[in-house]
Amino acid sequence: MPQASLLRQITDFANRANPYPLYEELRRTPVLHEADGPYVISSYYDIEALLHDPRISSDAAKMTATGDDELSEPETTGLPPSFIRLDPPEHDRLRRIANSSFGPPHRPTRIDSMRGELAQIVTDLIDGFGDARQIDVVDGCAYPFPVTVICRLLGVPREDEPRFRAWVDPIVAGLDPDTRTSAESERVAQEARLQLGMYLNGLVEQRVKEPRDDMLSDLVNSRGPDGAMTTMEVLTTAVLLLIAGHETTVNLITNGMLTLLRHPEYLQRLRQDPILSVKIVEELLRYEPPVQLLPQRTCITDIEVRGVTIPKGSRIWLVLAAGNRDPERFKDPDRFDPDREDLQHLGFGSGIHSCFGAPLARLEAQIALSELARRLENPRLVEDPPPYRPNAVLRGPRHLNVDFDGLNP
Amino acid sequence: MPADYMGWLRREGRIVIVGASLAGLRAAETLRAEGFAGELTLIGDEPYEPYDRPPLSKAVLLGMASPHHTELPHRREIDAKWRLGVAATGLDLAAKRVRLADGDEVEYDRLLIATGVRARPWFKEEEARLDGVCLLRTRDDAVDLYRRLKAGPRRVFVIGAGFAGSEVASACREMGLPVTVAERAGAPLVGALGGVIGAVASDLQLENGVDLRTHVTVTGLEGDAVGRVRAVHLSDESVVEADVVVVSLGSLRNTEWLAGSGLGAGPRGIACDAGCRAFDFRGIVTDDVFVAGDVARSPHALFGYQFLSLEHWGNAVAQAQTAAHNMICHGADRRPHLWMPAFWSSMFGVNIKSVGVPPMGEQLMITQGSPAERRFVGVYGYQGRMVAAVSFDNTRWLEFYQRQIERGAPFPVEFPTTDRRPEGRQPVDADFPDPSLPSHGPMVTLSGYSPADQQLVFHPARH
Amino acid sequence: MRLVVDLNKCQGYAQCAFLAPDVFAMHGEESLIYNPHAPEEQRERLARAVAACPVQAITADGLDSTGERHTGSAQGASDAR
Repeated sequence: MPQASLLRQITDFANRANPYPLYEELRRTPVLHEADGPYVISSYYDIEALLHDPRISSDAAKMTATGDDELSEPETTGLPPSFIRLDPPEHDRLRRIANSSFGPPHRPTRIDSMRGELAQIVTDLIDGFGDARQIDVVDGCAYPFPVTVICRLLGVPREDEPRFRAWVDPIVAGLDPDTRTSAESERVAQEARLQLGMYLNGLVEQRVKEPRDDMLSDLVNSRGPDGAMTTMEVLTTAVLLLIAGHETTVNLITNGMLTLLRHPEYLQRLRQDPILSVKIVEELLRYEPPVQLLPQRTCITDIEVRGVTIPKGSRIWLVLAAGNRDPERFKDPDRFDPDREDLQHLGFGSGIHSCFGAPLARLEAQIALSELARRLENPRLVEDPPPYRPNAVLRGPRHLNVDFDGLNP
Repeated sequence: MPADYMGWLRREGRIVIVGASLAGLRAAETLRAEGFAGELTLIGDEPYEPYDRPPLSKAVLLGMASPHHTELPHRREIDAKWRLGVAATGLDLAAKRVRLADGDEVEYDRLLIATGVRARPWFKEEEARLDGVCLLRTRDDAVDLYRRLKAGPRRVFVIGAGFAGSEVASACREMGLPVTVAERAGAPLVGALGGVIGAVASDLQLENGVDLRTHVTVTGLEGDAVGRVRAVHLSDESVVEADVVVVSLGSLRNTEWLAGSGLGAGPRGIACDAGCRAFDFRGIVTDDVFVAGDVARSPHALFGYQFLSLEHWGNAVAQAQTAAHNMICHGADRRPHLWMPAFWSSMFGVNIKSVGVPPMGEQLMITQGSPAERRFVGVYGYQGRMVAAVSFDNTRWLEFYQRQIERGAPFPVEFPTTDRRPEGRQPVDADFPDPSLPSHGPMVTLSGYSPADQQLVFHPARH
Repeated sequence: MRLVVDLNKCQGYAQCAFLAPDVFAMHGEESLIYNPHAPEEQRERLARAVAACPVQAITADGLDSTGERHTGSAQGASDAR
């Protein structure tokens, strides 16, 4: 009964290092429904269609299906749902306000103008390797980099960044299905959330009185046609940007370094030509997407996909990582090939919920990978596969130990 | 025809493309991409290499792009002979020759006609010559209009509130210029999207400070002593002073040069089959003359085989690629042009997009969002079927509706959608103007069911 | 460098406007305007924008060293879909 256990195998930690053969098996049943489980969609065109289907909802309240779903996260932040878990028009309104502080049309150069700062953060981190000849790419670069960036964007003062990270770490750890079953880690995460919420609330109060050039100030003082966010909405949005914009980027960078070390010809080319990082990152988003699947969709009416009727209120999983390797869509899908001409991947999702922080994630990964490639002399994987985090959705190595011979200036 | 005629044609045949704009360029690229190695000639009446037109009424007027620099990127080398700045003036089907304005003649083995459309000028020639009376279709038009707008006229007057006219009005308001728009129908965009959506476009114009006059026509343009336009006279007997007048009354198809050629070419374009082969005026399909882009009128299987003339950017690209492919392959390998009609426009900061054929729709349902908020999706239905959808700042849903249209989904829309408002639960009359009334430049014209419907008498082009 | 955006494909994800803000701009929340003639100093940003477009709607020439960008058959197929 291999099929009955397919989802179990995908969530089984033993298969975390290489789930792709399981995804291939999954695609043989494009709409997989094991007793009581979610409806699992794994082919590219179906996923793409459902991401643009107005009968699909991201609102947890619309989900009526019972049964166990080990991947759908409980809303444990103690805050109202963020826009990622809302449908239009609420989703659109909150996302527009958040965007008015983040990107075009209102802030067209906010991200572009951070490029120098991003490069400097990476340079400082790599300089910090000092005389070491072995580093953990995760702890040494891929992890601290995005947290520092999100702190600067939101407006967390530099002197508070260490405190801030101390709260973020257990919260992110709490997202892992395995660790959240432990009462102790849940208690720690809960405590951290409380502390973080109080800290952010304090910052928000400051920014109401004394706005600065940061996102928190913009969000609490937004006066556009969509009105202002309430304090609760600001906190929810800030926590969303923090969590969602963070773990994913860690994994994108770490998966990227791992993939490059497994394909040294591209590591070599990247060293000669840093702009190749642009194509490398796009192919990575297809080949090793940091968000493997979207487990939180449902449908507000019965819908039919490939002849299968999915009843209203069902849990639907969209397995982006399986769609990204669908041979019906991509030629030679299991080959890592940054020179691909036809690369319309699902790495950031698509439709109205497509990744809010995508441009920042792209720049961060491009800069981190090209700098790591340039600075590390003769880097070598210490173990392959590296140890992975438990999370099947936000999938990536927990450590990526690399030996190298020295640092280029 | 020798068995290997196609092989010979592909190796050393002569292909002539009349019309050196988007369709002509993309056709040339496709011919080379598919292995055509013979002689390729592109003929264009403008002295410029192929340039993109949509930016002329948007990015150019908004100061984001120069009207001199909207040349299209080439997807590949096309190794063509360019005959630019010289119009084609005649076609000899029997001798397979195109006559040029400079007296030259160019012979072909296969011909592609992609001469497009031009702006319909103001109908009173003397008034049209007044300084300050402008059109907006070509690069030269855009250079001229942009210069005049930058000079800070006291008021701009736009005749016609179709997409182009509305885009000009939007740019004027963005530049802080007072602008009056006159429209014969009851609202802007009604020819393309109907009265319900037109009312939304009306509100957009009014909110943005446009002096919108509907249900009126312009009766005359008044010049001053030195021949500059100074006022516009309207059918309600009002007079509006303006020193720039933009005539935006739709377009005319460039088919006059084919008069007497024997092709089925006239004011409504050149009829062709779904494979882009032109019909002669008897309704018989030709083997060596192909048509693509704005000037073509071809049957669409998804819309009851009606002949569609689509002045859409995407149609020009897709039809050019299909025509080019079909020009150099055997019959069994030919492809039909089955492009799903789609267009976009942008005005007053709102993105308007559509798929399908809205003017075919009798009824409309707002399935997502709200017209009052300027963010919505509307679905058009005809005889129980979904035939089109339009979105205002909601483009990410549109591909879903495109698939529904492709599959002949029923109308009224049977399923619930997220963000359905109470007013979107029932269909309403889409409120298109009576097609028998005169109208300027709807985006689509529908006619007849087969070439046999055309009379076997050839009427010379009349505009 | 010349470029053109297929605005039928464009869904307003604005990746290009984030990554090359001097070439691409959002006009309102969803509609894109752009300079079809990007200056040479924008080469790297333009390359980032072209690659990042989630619907692969941007065609630019002169980006690769060969000066030729071949987007032939794949593009044709998706246009016709």
